[in-house]
Amino acid sequence: MAQRWSAGVLQYAEMGYWQPDYEPRPTDVLAAFRVTPQYGVPPEEAGAAVAGESSTATWTVVWTDRLTAYDHYQGKCYRIDPVPNNTEQYIAYIAYGLDLFEEGSIANMSSSIIGNVFGFKALKALRLEDMRIPPHYTKTFQGPAHGIVMEREYLNKYGRPLLGATVKPKLGLSARNYGRVVYEALRGGLDFTKDDENINSQPFMRWRDRFVHCMEAVNKAQDETGEIKGHYLNVTAPTMEDMYERADFAKEIGSIIVMIDLTVGYTAIQSMAKWARRNGVLLHLHRAGHSTYTRQKSHGVSFRVIAKWMRLAGVDHIHAGTVVGKLEGDPLTVSGFYETLRCDKADPDPIRGLYFEQDWVSTPGVMPVASGGIHAGQMHQLLDHLGEDVILQFGGGTIGHPLGIAAGATANRVALEAMVKARNEGRDIATEGPDILRAAAKRSRELDMALSTWGDVTFTYDSTDTPDLMVTPS
Amino acid sequence: MNGTRPAPVPADAEPLPDDASVDLSSERKRAAVDEILDSLDRELVGLVPVKTRIREIAALLLVDRVRARFGLAAQPPSLHMCFTGNPGTGKTTVALRMAELLHRLGYLRSGHVVSVTRDDLVGQYVGHTAPKTKDVLKRAMGGVLFIDEAYYLYRAENERDYGAESIEILLQYMENHRDDLVVILAGYADRMETFFASNPGMSSRIAHHLEFPDYTLDELAEIGDLMLASQRYRLSEEAAAVFRDYLARRMTQPRFANARSVRNALERARLRHANRLVAASGTLGKDDLMRLEPADFLSSRVFSD
Amino acid sequence: MRITQGTFSYLPDLTDDEIARQLRYAIGNGWAISVESTADPRPQGNLWDMWGLPMFDHRDPAGALHEINECRAAYPDRYIRVSAYDSRHGRQTTALSFLVNRPRSE
Repeated sequence: MAQRWSAGVLQYAEMGYWQPDYEPRPTDVLAAFRVTPQYGVPPEEAGAAVAGESSTATWTVVWTDRLTAYDHYQGKCYRIDPVPNNTEQYIAYIAYGLDLFEEGSIANMSSSIIGNVFGFKALKALRLEDMRIPPHYTKTFQGPAHGIVMEREYLNKYGRPLLGATVKPKLGLSARNYGRVVYEALRGGLDFTKDDENINSQPFMRWRDRFVHCMEAVNKAQDETGEIKGHYLNVTAPTMEDMYERADFAKEIGSIIVMIDLTVGYTAIQSMAKWARRNGVLLHLHRAGHSTYTRQKSHGVSFRVIAKWMRLAGVDHIHAGTVVGKLEGDPLTVSGFYETLRCDKADPDPIRGLYFEQDWVSTPGVMPVASGGIHAGQMHQLLDHLGEDVILQFGGGTIGHPLGIAAGATANRVALEAMVKARNEGRDIATEGPDILRAAAKRSRELDMALSTWGDVTFTYDSTDTPDLMVTPS
Repeated sequence: MNGTRPAPVPADAEPLPDDASVDLSSERKRAAVDEILDSLDRELVGLVPVKTRIREIAALLLVDRVRARFGLAAQPPSLHMCFTGNPGTGKTTVALRMAELLHRLGYLRSGHVVSVTRDDLVGQYVGHTAPKTKDVLKRAMGGVLFIDEAYYLYRAENERDYGAESIEILLQYMENHRDDLVVILAGYADRMETFFASNPGMSSRIAHHLEFPDYTLDELAEIGDLMLASQRYRLSEEAAAVFRDYLARRMTQPRFANARSVRNALERARLRHANRLVAASGTLGKDDLMRLEPADFLSSRVFSD
Repeated sequence: MRITQGTFSYLPDLTDDEIARQLRYAIGNGWAISVESTADPRPQGNLWDMWGLPMFDHRDPAGALHEINECRAAYPDRYIRVSAYDSRHGRQTTALSFLVNRPRSE
C-alpha cells in the first residue's frame, strides 16, 4: 500500500487502471479502443494507460489523489483482446463510472473520453471504436428533436425512402439562380433540396437572400404538386447568436427544416437541437470534416461513435454513407452505422463493427442520409443495402440530367417508386433490379435517359474502414 | 403460408391445345392432397360416408382444375357446405381439414378457418349487425367461415330479430365472393332442415351436404384407445372391458356427445387414477403410472343408475 | 393538376391486382389496413374521412379490396387512399400509404 502512494512514477497497470476481474456495472459508460502500443509496451499497460489518461491519472503519483474516493473515479480497463491477423493492435475495453460525466453533455463526454489520451506517446496509434451508453446516461439527453417517425408524419410520406439533392455547383450561384435550381428539383419530384456544407453566407450570396428565394421555390413546388416540400437552409454561422438569428428567420418564413455543419461544434449542435424541438423545425446535420478522423482504421474516432453522440445530442438527419457512391463506405461497416442510428436496441455484432449492446430506451431514431455520387441506376442496390428509412440524395444525379433538373428529379422518383413497389410484391431486387428499372423506364422518358447517361458508373475502390472479422463462407 | 400451394390456373393463361394430354396422377401428386386425405383417415375413427364424400369432392375439384387448363371450366364451382350431426362427431375437425384441402387444390388462397356462432354475427341493437357480420366475413376471406349452430341466426317468432339481416349479408357474400370464401354451416340435422325450409336462399347456395353419423360402440372404444395412446396411458385388460361397458351404458343416456363424452370420461378416469396412486402410497413403476384399472371407472354414476 | 401524394404516385395508377399485391405485403407484415377519402387533399393530409374502421387480423387482401371498391362506388369523385399501420413499439405509425382513386378531373 505504501508503495502505491510513494512519490515517483508507477506503471498504470499497477495503479489500478488494469482490472481484469472487474465486472462492468449497468450504470458504467463503456468504451472500446483500438490500441497500437509502442514497441516494448505490454498491451495491458497500454490499455491501462488509456483508461488512466482518459479519467483520473497523470504521469506521476500525486498525494492529492488520496483526498478522493479514488476507486470510484478511475477508469478501469477490464479486458484486452488481440486483433485477428494483426500483431500490433489490440482492442481495450474500458469502463467509466457514471459520475465522471455531466448529464446531457456531449462536449463533456467527448472531452472526457478523447480529450487527453490521443497524443499519448506510449501509443503509436489509438482509435475510439465504439461506446456503450447506459440508459441512465441516455435519458439525460434530449435525443432527436423529432426523429424518424415524427418526421414522416409531418411530411405525410410513408413507405419509401425520401429523396433529396444538393444544389450544384457547390459555390458561386446567385440567390435567384439558386432558387431556380431548388424549384426545378422539387417540382420534378424530390422531397428535399439542400444547401451544401460550405454555403453559409458569402459575398456571392448572403444567407437572407438565399433563404427568401429558396422558400419561394419550396412554396411554389408544394402548391403545384400537393406534397410537402423542403429545403435544408444552412444556418451555420460564426457565432451562436448568428445561428439563432438565421434559424429564427428560416422558421418565420415557413421552412420545415434547417441544417447545420458538424464543424459548429458539439455545444452548438445541442443548442440547435433544443431550438429545433422548441420550434418544430427538422434539424439536418452535415458531418463536415468527420473524415479527417473517422476514415483511417488505426487512428481517430470511428463514425459509429459520432453517430451515437449525434443521436443523443438530438439531430433529425445525419449523413451516414452510401456504400455504392463516391465516398468511403464498406457495406458491413455502413450497415452498422445505420443500425446505430435507427434501431431501438442494437446487439453486439463484430461482423458489422458493433462492439457493444446498445439500448436506446425509446430515444427516437435519426434518419440517415446517403449522399455522394449515387444515381438512379443504382436504386436497387441502395434500397437493398440501406432499407426504407433513409434519405437518398442525388446531387449530380439530378442536376446533370440531359433533359434538365426537373427531369432528373422525376427519373429518380420513378426509379425509387418502381423499386419499392417491386420489392413489396416479393421480387428479388438485388438481382432483378436492372430489369425492374428498364421496365419502369419504358413508361418514363426521364428515367430512360438517366439510365443511358449513367447506367455504368460505379466507384469501386478498396475501403479503408472495414471490420476486423469476416463471415467465413460455408 | 405460401410454401405448399401450387398456383391456381391463371384466368388468362393460354388453354391447352385440343390434342394435348395431362397425367392425372402427377397432377394429384403436385396438389399433395393425398397427405390430407390420409391424415383424415388416421385421425378420425369411422365416419366412412364423410370420408368417402370428401374423396369424391377432392376428385371433382382436381378434375375441374385440369378442365380449366383446357379452357373447359366456365364458372368456379360453389363450395359452400353443410355438416349435420350430433355434437362430438368430428364436424369441426373435418372443417379444418377441408380448408387445408381446398387451399392445396388452389381454391382458397390462404386456408385459414374463422369459427363463429350467432353471437359473433348478430348485434344487440339497430345498425350493429351489419358491421359485425361484414367484419367477420372480411377476416374469413381467403379461407373458410365455419358457422356452428347456424340455425340460431333465424328466429321466426321474433320479427325484430336482427339475425335476418345477418343472413342477408351472408347470402350476398356467398354469391359474390365465391372465389374468396367458403362457408360451412354446422349443427343438428333436424334443426338445420327447419332452417333451410324457412331460408330457401341459403339452402340453394349449399353445394355439399355431409351427414356425420353417431359413432358405434366399437368406434367409440377405438377413439378412446387413440386418445389414451396419445396421452401415454393404457387400459389393463379388465379395465378395457369395464370401459366398454361404461360406454355402452353412457351412449343411451341423455346429452351424450360422442367423442367429447369419451374424452371427458377419460379425464375423470385419470383423476381417479391419480388419487388412487396417492392414497396407496408406496413405490411406483413406469407401468403403474400408465395403467388405468377398473376402479378408475367403476365409481362413475353411470354404473349406479 | 395531378397531385403526387402517396407512395406510388409517380407510377401509373395501380390496377386492382397490383393493389392486392401491396395489401398482401402489408398483411404479411401484420399491419392493419384502412381506407380513407377526401375532397380536399391538402399536403399535410392528416384528417381524411375514414371509411369504416381499420381492418385488423385479415389474412387475405379480398376483404380490404371489397371495401376499397365500396368506397369508390360511394365517392367516385374523391381522392381515396389506403394505408397500412404498424403498431409495434418504436414505430406506431403508418407504414405504407397510396392513392387508389382520383377525381375525374384534377
